Amino acid sequence: MSTSKRFLVISRRPPYGSSHARDALDTALTTAVFEQPVSMLFLDDGVYQLLQAQQPAGIQQKNLGATLSALPMYDIDQLYVCDSALRSRGLSLDDCLLPVQLLDGNAIAQLIRNHDVVLSF
Amino acid sequence: MIFSLLVYAAPHSHQGAESAYRFAVACLAQGHSIHRVFFYGDGIHGASALAAPPQDEPNLPARWQALAQAHELDLVVCIAAAVRRGLLDANEARRYEKPGHNLHQGFELSGLGQLAEAAIVSDRMITFGA
Repeated sequence: MSTSKRFLVISRRPPYGSSHARDALDTALTTAVFEQPVSMLFLDDGVYQLLQAQQPAGIQQKNLGATLSALPMYDIDQLYVCDSALRSRGLSLDDCLLPVQLLDGNAIAQLIRNHDVVLSF
Repeated sequence: MIFSLLVYAAPHSHQGAESAYRFAVACLAQGHSIHRVFFYGDGIHGASALAAPPQDEPNLPARWQALAQAHELDLVVCIAAAVRRGLLDANEARRYEKPGHNLHQGFELSGLGQLAEAAIVSDRMITFGA
């Protein structure tokens, strides 16, 4: 298994309410452990995962934001967010807990083309 | 071409679970090979030996097993997703001291690394989400 592929994990669900966000994150982290280059793209309600100061203890959930903050330690530092998804929810980069790059629709299409494996949650 | 499938959709709740099976059948019919089918999230319920759908509805776990037997498919269920949802094999039932196990014959529990490995060695990884 010496080959290396560029992975893109697309996360488009909110951080709580379903297991999608947690599973996307676990997939990205596991893939990074396999020493594959991994990028993450946050689309649609997935942008809510990036919000600072998440307080999920009230619904007895683990803090997804805390795990997201650890992504750069796993060399997952290519993080992208859909510009219009962020803006249409009244959010900006200032609300995000991690350094992420803004992409418009064309750039997202290019990003997907530039990866060998795309996993969408 | 070598395909692998990621099944995230729950059977009966979402068409994706059924579509994954139909896609696998179509792949094999066209002479492609399937390296692995990985069941994750609520998709793990597609590997339950205790599913008892009405006679006139497809029994997905049984169909997967038959397909796997005919084509030597590797059907892997994410162990973390499975045990927290109460899908156990004999080993896990012992480990967690549970009264029974219900992983369907033909499937095995393993880690998320099997998903990463499948994506690395396959030409295409197709997700059937919910």
